[in-house]
Amino acid sequence: MSETILEAHGLVKRFGDFEAVRGIDVSIARGESFGFLGPNGAGKTSTMRMISAVSAPTSGSIRIFGLDPTTDGPAVRSRLGVVPQEDNLELELSVRLNLEMFGRYFDLPRRVIRERTRELLAFAQLSERAEDRVDDLSGGMKRRLTIARALINQPELLILDEPTTGLDPQARHLLWDRLYRLKRDGVTLIVTTHYMDEAEQLCDRLVVMDHGRIVAEGAPRALIEQHSSREVVELRFSTDSHEEFLDVLAPFAPRVEALPDRALLYVDDGDATLHDIHASGLTPASALVRRSSLEDVFLRLTGRTLVD
Amino acid sequence: MLTRVLPSFGSRRSWRVFERNFMVYRTQWLMLVSGFFEPLFYLLSIGIGLNRLVGTIDVGGRPISYAAFVAPGMLATSMMNGAVIDSIFNTFFRLRISHAYDAVLSTPLDVTDVALGEVWWALARAAVYSASFLVCMTLLGDTVSAWVILCWPAALVVSLAFSSLGLAATTYIRSWQDFDLVSLVQLPIFLFSATFFPISVYPRWLGALVAASPLYQAATLMRGLGLGQFSWVMIPRLAYLVALGAVGLTIAARRFRRILVP
Repeated sequence: MSETILEAHGLVKRFGDFEAVRGIDVSIARGESFGFLGPNGAGKTSTMRMISAVSAPTSGSIRIFGLDPTTDGPAVRSRLGVVPQEDNLELELSVRLNLEMFGRYFDLPRRVIRERTRELLAFAQLSERAEDRVDDLSGGMKRRLTIARALINQPELLILDEPTTGLDPQARHLLWDRLYRLKRDGVTLIVTTHYMDEAEQLCDRLVVMDHGRIVAEGAPRALIEQHSSREVVELRFSTDSHEEFLDVLAPFAPRVEALPDRALLYVDDGDATLHDIHASGLTPASALVRRSSLEDVFLRLTGRTLVD
Repeated sequence: MLTRVLPSFGSRRSWRVFERNFMVYRTQWLMLVSGFFEPLFYLLSIGIGLNRLVGTIDVGGRPISYAAFVAPGMLATSMMNGAVIDSIFNTFFRLRISHAYDAVLSTPLDVTDVALGEVWWALARAAVYSASFLVCMTLLGDTVSAWVILCWPAALVVSLAFSSLGLAATTYIRSWQDFDLVSLVQLPIFLFSATFFPISVYPRWLGALVAASPLYQAATLMRGLGLGQFSWVMIPRLAYLVALGAVGLTIAARRFRRILVP
């Protein structure tokens, strides 16, 4: 059994009457890539802020590196890297100074900061933009700089809150590649996302959160096997409500879901099902057979889609 | 000094916030220059301009030029404006717009370090500006006593009070529109704190109200030191300013905690 880097029990966060996190338990091993998956408002960010040793839990306990962040906050934070959901770079400073100043917050000697800044600029593919003001960078560049900045103290645990939200596909793939490299180097990653593909790409293990609770936990593939079928047939009909088709489609699959824009049939052999449907005289406007994904798991567990 | 008086408040790490501000201001030298010229403009406009009209006035049985009378008050005013503008605009920007403080709080620093670091910075600025003010004042012949040198440390206390209060006030500002409210408070303090004229011109009840103004206390303290007219009342005046600084800083840190790490 590998070393536990983070452990939380009965974690609750309340803001006035609103309970954002309602008692969650997680245990994360060193070197693992762990995901928190869920729609907006599921309590992911509140959870992240508690496990980044920034905001104190209303109740429950957390140990990070075996320390209690509520009493040893500075010691815990000195070994963490945090990439927040919104970039909060120093807009008035250059790319290089953003990294250098952050190193100073961690009390690193100037010589070490200079060396790491050079490495991190290369890592983030920003060496050429080092002297530019942050304001002038593209969204993807700012994101990479935010990640590079979180690495200045060579953290053992890197916490990323929706690292690729709002980025174009190319920028996302570049970021994923950087995160793989960190994982290979033994950095423990904790990622929140509401992108299914991101979770499948990055996470060894994940929890699905909804309304402040954990509703499922496991490896991405295992969760899919456990909560969904092998394949999914997506059908679109020219109609205002796909609900109308639930009865007609029921005989073709063990489980049928209607979304506003399509109907989903959970089956083992998608092609065979689609063949049967066409043979029965039904004429969907479009049809698609795909593998089951975490999106389907989420739909199954919560009755809702992830990104509205 | 503050870290010793308030042991649980902030740490040595608060200096990093000072360092950060220094880094930013190095790229904004125009702001530093404007801070340098501000006192000169004050002294030239009000000192020279009004001096012609008013001539000499009697302070403590001694006739002095209006310029010598008003200059220490102008120094107090300049400390107030500098502290309030800096803490309000820049802190607001980092707190609500760029969210730079959120990033700082993911490092070993905490909210008390941030609040204290901003005050260190305000004090450093005040040290430079008040020194340049006193030099200008001397060159223009508006000093009447060598004790005026004591205005320099006193200016730091004034700046402590106003920057802490400014920091606390900033945490209540939600949008740029709210800055009008700040002017609404700052302008009457500026005009009615008996910096341009002795408090004796007010009726007694109004005088009592004006005496509560930190700027009045600051200006009167400065004037006494500048003219070399010492009095035991200076001690409560100083204590009042230090107390306002402590209260402001405590409120600021509490509000920072509420906003930044709920």
